[in-house]
Amino acid sequence: MALIDLANPTRFLSLSGRALPWLAGATALAFACGFWLAAGAPDDYQQGATVKIMFIHVPSAWLAMFGWMVMSLSALGTLVWLHPLADTAAKAAAPIGAAFTLICLITGALWGRPMWGTYWVWDARLTSVFVLFLMYLGVIALWRTFDDPSRAGRAAAILTLVGAINIPIIKFSVDWWNTLHQPASVVKMSGPAIHPTILWPLLTMALAFTLLFITLHLAAMRNEILKRRIRSLSMMQADAAPGR
Amino acid sequence: MTGLGALLMRDLRIAIRVGGGAMIGVLFFMLVVTLMPFAIGPDLALLSRIGPAILWLGALLATLLTLDRLLAADQEDGSLDLLTMGPAPLEMVVGVKALAHWLTSALPLVIVSPLLALFLNLDGPATLAVTATLLAGTPALTFLGLIGAALTVTLRRGGLLLPVLILPLTIPVLIFGVSASNAAIVGPVTFGTPFMILCALTLMALVIGPFAAAAALRAGQE
Repeated sequence: MALIDLANPTRFLSLSGRALPWLAGATALAFACGFWLAAGAPDDYQQGATVKIMFIHVPSAWLAMFGWMVMSLSALGTLVWLHPLADTAAKAAAPIGAAFTLICLITGALWGRPMWGTYWVWDARLTSVFVLFLMYLGVIALWRTFDDPSRAGRAAAILTLVGAINIPIIKFSVDWWNTLHQPASVVKMSGPAIHPTILWPLLTMALAFTLLFITLHLAAMRNEILKRRIRSLSMMQADAAPGR
Repeated sequence: MTGLGALLMRDLRIAIRVGGGAMIGVLFFMLVVTLMPFAIGPDLALLSRIGPAILWLGALLATLLTLDRLLAADQEDGSLDLLTMGPAPLEMVVGVKALAHWLTSALPLVIVSPLLALFLNLDGPATLAVTATLLAGTPALTFLGLIGAALTVTLRRGGLLLPVLILPLTIPVLIFGVSASNAAIVGPVTFGTPFMILCALTLMALVIGPFAAAAALRAGQE
């Protein structure tokens, strides 16, 4: 099935309506496995039980970036392929991505308090995630200022793509500016630097979070389509009202 | 190309004459720098240490202050529609408008910055470094701001939204502008390394800005 088959909102609604319960079930199952594995994972010899915050922190950080990627792809869909549902997808992804970025920041702060002795340091990674959060809020603010959803979609798509070009540059410059956070340790050329007892729960949680993202995203897209239908119906009703 | 030249002259003339507000940004810049010693104390040693950061922040805020007028006046009187439909490519048109805006609102900031550096107790080489980084870095601010101006031009409260959208994108310019200035004063890196990256950021903004702004303007038309 090609992506263009989903261009018809009605067909998308029926397909996603059938897929959603399965996705929600898979998400719940993955979370159950993830929590069970995480509970069984050993404490770190230095960090103690606080290392388990990582099972939430790291997947949210991945999804914080994944969210912007989804938005960028949708932005290309809006501007290049003129896919009718692309701006719905972009709009639905923004608050979810922002929420995961916030979870990442909050869990990071809670972990940093016992480990680094402070909730917040102006370290490169923390700062660039915070900037990412602010950029999410900027895109959401832009969505909320337009009355017409299709014009809002194009404007937000341009901002998203400009952001996508700039995020690596911001990341690089902030790294250049200051760094304290540990470097990436899961995805490395020499293989993961994490012991398997921690790595497996982490990967399971990452899968669960990704499934959660997809489920929430599909549900939010359905809401957005229905909201637009209500909007056009009420506009038609206002047009047809007597006295005009 | 004569059409674009005429557009540049027109924008410069409008900005310089009454109601153009070209000098408001400079006044704002001077006020921000004047407020700083009141906030952090008149300690000259401290001021000379953070002077480049103060000047850069002031210039950043002053650039943002005037950005919402970059396209809004033309949108209000309808000349932006004429420019959109005209024979010149819209990318070039918005590029020329941003150039005129830089010449009238950001270049004056660069020119007064040595004077303000004197107030902040910066010595000769530091003043030279700050002025050079501002000269190289402010075009990036204007051309990134151009994207925000084009995105928000049709909005009623666009002027409020613009800084929120653009400020995150200016972080790299601020980082390398300030670190190049500091490198010239205290080291340890040489002035050249961050300055080259600052120039690269400006060149990139010069390319991305007009294309994204033209796309935003076309998307904003009914």
